[in-house]
Amino acid sequence: VQRSPLIPEMATQEVQLNETLAHLKTESETLKSKLEEERAKLHDVELHQVAEKVEGLGQFVMKTRRTLKGHGNKVLCMDWCKDKRRIVSSSQDGKVIVWDAFTTNKEHAVTMPCTWVMACAYAPSGCAVACGGLDNKCSVYPLSLDKNENLAAKKKSVAMHTNYLSACSFTNSDMQILTSSGDGTCALWDVESGQLLQSFHGHAADVLCLDLAPSETGNTFVSGGCDKKANVWDMRSGQCIQSFETHESDINSVRYYPSGDAFASGSDDATCRLYDLRADREVAIYSKESIIFGVSSVDFSLSGRLLFGGYNDYTINVWDVLKGTRVSILFGHENRVSTLRVSPDGTAFSTGSWDHTLRVCDDCYFFIGIKYNQNLCTFNFTPCAPDKPPLSLTATHLPKYSNLKKHIYRST
Amino acid sequence: MFIFFLAACEKHRPLPLFTKPSSSLHHRLSPCLPLSPLAHFLILHPSASLPAATLSPPHRTINLRQKHRKVSLGFFFSQTPYFWTSTRWPASELDYAIYLAKKNIRKQGELMEYEKERYSVLHKRINHTWDFVVMQAREQLRASKQRRKADRIVLECQEQAYWLINRPPPGVHNVLDVGLERPNNFSARVTLNSDYYKNEIETSRRALGRNRVKSSICLEGFVKYSEQYLNHDPIMQGCLPSNPWISDDTAHWTMNADMVPTPTRLRVERWSFSFMELLEDSMGRREFMTYLEKEFSAENLCFWQACEDVRHGESSRIVEKVEDIYKNFLAPGAARWVNIDSKTMDKTLEGIRHPHRFVMDDAQMHIYFLMKKDSYPRYLKSDLYKNMLAKAIVPQETKKSVFPFMRRQRHSSPSPAQAATQAEDGQAKGAGQAGTNSAGGSNA
Repeated sequence: VQRSPLIPEMATQEVQLNETLAHLKTESETLKSKLEEERAKLHDVELHQVAEKVEGLGQFVMKTRRTLKGHGNKVLCMDWCKDKRRIVSSSQDGKVIVWDAFTTNKEHAVTMPCTWVMACAYAPSGCAVACGGLDNKCSVYPLSLDKNENLAAKKKSVAMHTNYLSACSFTNSDMQILTSSGDGTCALWDVESGQLLQSFHGHAADVLCLDLAPSETGNTFVSGGCDKKANVWDMRSGQCIQSFETHESDINSVRYYPSGDAFASGSDDATCRLYDLRADREVAIYSKESIIFGVSSVDFSLSGRLLFGGYNDYTINVWDVLKGTRVSILFGHENRVSTLRVSPDGTAFSTGSWDHTLRVCDDCYFFIGIKYNQNLCTFNFTPCAPDKPPLSLTATHLPKYSNLKKHIYRST
Repeated sequence: MFIFFLAACEKHRPLPLFTKPSSSLHHRLSPCLPLSPLAHFLILHPSASLPAATLSPPHRTINLRQKHRKVSLGFFFSQTPYFWTSTRWPASELDYAIYLAKKNIRKQGELMEYEKERYSVLHKRINHTWDFVVMQAREQLRASKQRRKADRIVLECQEQAYWLINRPPPGVHNVLDVGLERPNNFSARVTLNSDYYKNEIETSRRALGRNRVKSSICLEGFVKYSEQYLNHDPIMQGCLPSNPWISDDTAHWTMNADMVPTPTRLRVERWSFSFMELLEDSMGRREFMTYLEKEFSAENLCFWQACEDVRHGESSRIVEKVEDIYKNFLAPGAARWVNIDSKTMDKTLEGIRHPHRFVMDDAQMHIYFLMKKDSYPRYLKSDLYKNMLAKAIVPQETKKSVFPFMRRQRHSSPSPAQAATQAEDGQAKGAGQAGTNSAGGSNA
């Protein structure tokens, strides 16, 4: 820093400012260590200890049920429609596609004026989608069923950031959108007017992900960023309520536990972590020595017992949230998994990848079958783990077959 | 050598990720080329595993024209590290042209299709140095002939691998592909000035004063929650009659649609898990409204719904909606007057003078908790709920044979966007229709 000897007062002021900044930084760090001490005081048991009494899960076998092909480049983001079968996805080549994932038909396609469309979201009504990326904006496209109409014509520009858009989500209605951006902020917007309703400052670097809390009062959301912090925000006041800084690298994905009392995060440090909001601390780490690639996205199954993670080594790992063990690993994508969401009714989960495809996956069922006179009769379609007895066996209602050998078969 | 090459490959990462000080190098691994059969061959030649040691001394016989000389050219002959991506020699057009020329000469024109195309493109683009390219190619071929066979083969493998990575054939994934650049230095995006730290300090101070709950209590909550919802989790327990994604039968969705005459048992059970579950299910909400009407307290739920509408609706209609709420629920003598404590009432009435999105929050919360603590438990004990539970459907599990039978036709469903448009047109179309091929389901 050049100091002009001709203006000594300015020089002293600058020195003072630097000292103040250093002083503030130290104070901030001291408070943070104090906070960690406080948080540790009430931590009397680990999650896996509490989960000892819970029955183990056995291995799951996951299988791809649908493959959606049509994107010309890396798939970056996807979201489910509330009708449980439609999906919107966005990719690096600027295309946003709406699919009926059940039939694998494409229903709508929009070409964005920018590449790297990193965020997309389905409106709660199912009548619109929002997307954005390198254009620094979030735009809403009403979905028209008129084949002749160009969707881009009715586009509505809602959010405006000073850097790329990393994630977006509608709140409880089609009228408000929450966004996170590479400019280090999150923001809440009114869709109709494009007005900024609230902005959220506190991250020290790019914010990469966000998720809305499923709480009764519905007023908070969590965000994760390149500064390794996960922040919980009050949507009304714009204040950061809670902050967690235990990851060792960028946080790529955050997702609330179904009850809203906790959230999971996935990071470039190859771990997923669970943070409890009432205990105000990290309560579980999901990692393995053999997993060294970053996690790009996470989501819970409906009951919150399973945590799905999409990884940069092309795989999907499924974790037992309570016990902390991995219960399944799914291969299939030919490049990084970039996005993962469980469907609204929990019947399946969808993944998007840099290999240009999306997949909808599920687990395989194992069921009891009885061979009688060379014919196979099946009595039970309830899934069970292959190494454990089924959770509900209905073959007993046919007692005359009870002495015949029962086999476990896997469904297609 | 190939293995060595892979090790070198690990270290390579284009700038943005590489310069991040906080992340350890091994997390930056990108899956490299799969090991080819060449790897076996290479392992059998232990002498080939130490490139530096086995190479012949530097061999500079070419008198290079000054203006085309690059630093890298000097290393062409002596150092295999040229091909190590860790050293980050830029894979230039010139180098690629020389490589293709060499291959062309060696194979007497038998290049792969895409290589032929690229060769001709390069020929056009850097035509002015083509003599140099051909000369280099010839010289390199001649020099390589003077090497031991093992070294020559190893070098050729390295070179081929290098170009497979840096100029992947069409259709093959580029393993050097990276995502969007992320800053290696935080302050590039957000200025870490005194305001930032003041904000951090304030946040930490507030967080210190927070009430925390013992871990044992919180974690027990997770166990209870997953137990309670286990039967409702299709991935864990399956769903009846069958999971649509597996059986291609949408019966499960049809049975659980919004407007069904009789709901499923699991659905009705779920209303008893929490007040939020009841309100979130539109059918549950309707049932609860019916119950409240019997109890003459339906205005509570109506009020709550109206407040939700203010909170989540368009900014432009806030004033109008707040006025309606006042008229219907809060004004003295209002038709559906809600019973709020005086303190909250005063605060709300004051706030209504300058209506904003959250002006009804306190009142809404008060009524919500009133319903939750009082009406909701009574509803669960009521005949209305019990009857609903009793007549709720438990779907039959689909019987299925082991071997895959003919795959069912997957029927499309009306798009929610279409349903909305038709509702606007005055046509009521139940969402419970499945198995109809509608206009919205054709290929785009």
